[in-house]
Amino acid sequence: MSNLEDLYREIILDHYRSPRNRGELESPPALRVEGFNPLCGDEIVVYLDVTNGTLSNIKIAGTGCSISQSSASLMSAAVKGKTLEEVHKIISRFKQLMTITEGTLEDGSEPEPIDLASMGELAALAGVVKFPVRIKCATLSWNTLVQGLDEIPA
Amino acid sequence: MTSFDARRVRADVPLLRRKINGRPITYLDSGSSALTPRSVIEAMSRYYELRHANVHRGVYVTAEEATATYEGAREAVGRFINAPHPNDEIVFTKNTTEAFNLLARSWGAKNLTKSDAVVLSVMEHHANIVPWFQLRDEIGFEIRFLDVTDDFRLDLSNIDEALRGAKLLSLSSMSNVLGTINPIKELAAKAHQAGALVAVDAAQSVAHTPSDVTDLDVDFFCFSAHKMLGPTGIGVLYARRELLADMPPFLGGGGMIADVSTRGFTPAKGVARFEAGTPPIAEAAGLTAAVRYLEQLGMANVENHERELTADALQRIESHFGDQIRVIGPHNVDRRGGVISLDVEGVHPHDVAQVLDQFGVCVRPGHHCAKPLMKRFNLAATARASFGPYSMTQDTDTLLEALQRAVELFG
Ligand SMILES: Cc1ncc(COP(=O)(O)O)c(C=O)c1O
Repeated sequence: MSNLEDLYREIILDHYRSPRNRGELESPPALRVEGFNPLCGDEIVVYLDVTNGTLSNIKIAGTGCSISQSSASLMSAAVKGKTLEEVHKIISRFKQLMTITEGTLEDGSEPEPIDLASMGELAALAGVVKFPVRIKCATLSWNTLVQGLDEIPA
Repeated sequence: MTSFDARRVRADVPLLRRKINGRPITYLDSGSSALTPRSVIEAMSRYYELRHANVHRGVYVTAEEATATYEGAREAVGRFINAPHPNDEIVFTKNTTEAFNLLARSWGAKNLTKSDAVVLSVMEHHANIVPWFQLRDEIGFEIRFLDVTDDFRLDLSNIDEALRGAKLLSLSSMSNVLGTINPIKELAAKAHQAGALVAVDAAQSVAHTPSDVTDLDVDFFCFSAHKMLGPTGIGVLYARRELLADMPPFLGGGGMIADVSTRGFTPAKGVARFEAGTPPIAEAAGLTAAVRYLEQLGMANVENHERELTADALQRIESHFGDQIRVIGPHNVDRRGGVISLDVEGVHPHDVAQVLDQFGVCVRPGHHCAKPLMKRFNLAATARASFGPYSMTQDTDTLLEALQRAVELFG
């Protein structure tokens, strides 16, 4: 049985109640990307400042449930000040975290076990996979970030 | 006089024996889909076990029985909503949504022109909005929306103006978000006076209040079996006989024709014209059983029972939670059904529903396919609890206990 405490860990509630990097950046120069969850009406706006290959600043605006809001806050804290290369690594580890229970990957191989200890506060989101309908809440901000990074000219 | 005992209804619904997360299920989502009693499930099984055959085609015994089962549903539904001529007025569709699409594509496409107007309301379900927009985008008529007042009632202050020159007034008899019951009979009289026809979205009201299309004097009446203890996959469009006789077919194919050649086709007469392809036969058997079941309970008894439950729940939510939880809907049970939309201070409806699920409480978070209404009250979503004839105060007890946990967790 999955417990509420698996989903609503203290770290998640903390990031929901006091979200980090909340606000807006002037755009341009900052990049502004919107993400939308048409099923529940959640929306998120991610502002990105990229200088010399580094994500120098990030701000989050929008509304949503505790999972989408805390995931956005945790994401912003994890990626802020990192090089784009590091950001992509963090994103792929997060995505792994969200798919781990599915057992085998699309190509049939077993996923590598995740080193939760290396993920810091992000590991608090690991419980979300036990509540499959909430995965899309947790991934909304991350997909929006990816969309933004894709728009940055190489 | 029919007898009503919610405990007996509860015992008749197999699903209510389930445990969720170690607790008995507290099903408070009847507004989405009402749970099926055993007699409905058995009626469908009986079709598959004894009479499975296609309808209107075979001459063998089981095929005739299947046809009688299917056509019998038309009689049963006609009786249930007091349609004077069921065999010429009851069309089976997939659900309410398809009934409205049929209405728009058939009656609407034939009768509406650029200079016409259709009147809807801000509290409509998307099923009674989008088909009209789709048609409007092709033909170009005007769509007017009646507003909703701050106390969650239909705003009728400019009804005469709204109806002026309109060809159709299409309204829900009970809001699936607010629980508000609209004065359909009075509005139908007004609309007819202004020369407009009247369509009713009865998806919510049909399972909770008596329905009488003759007394209401309405022209079209749409609902789904699955919201009235019946199966999914079958819905109803009632259309007044004279109007139905003049409506062109919607979907084409087998069963809806009088003749087909290499040059063209002639549609069948009557309701068959709107029922292309093999219809939902087992579902029709289930719908008949659901109608019988509700008739035995007595719709007036069901209405009274749910009104008492709603009054009790509204009062307890208010006294227990005060400003922490806002009810998005009328606060007294006058002209109001058992749909209770909640806005919990500081807690997103998805989180409310998630915490409630832990207690085995089933409610629905979201915009409930009524985005214009959500926008009217500046909400993205609500958490909605809704009652059925099997609901009891113990369901409200569990709801309150679970809501208390949600408020504590996020407070
Ligand atoms: C008022 C109202 N209208 C229409 C519908 C659509 O019903 P269905 O999904 O069965 O077509 C619903 C159900 O969600 C409803 O509550």
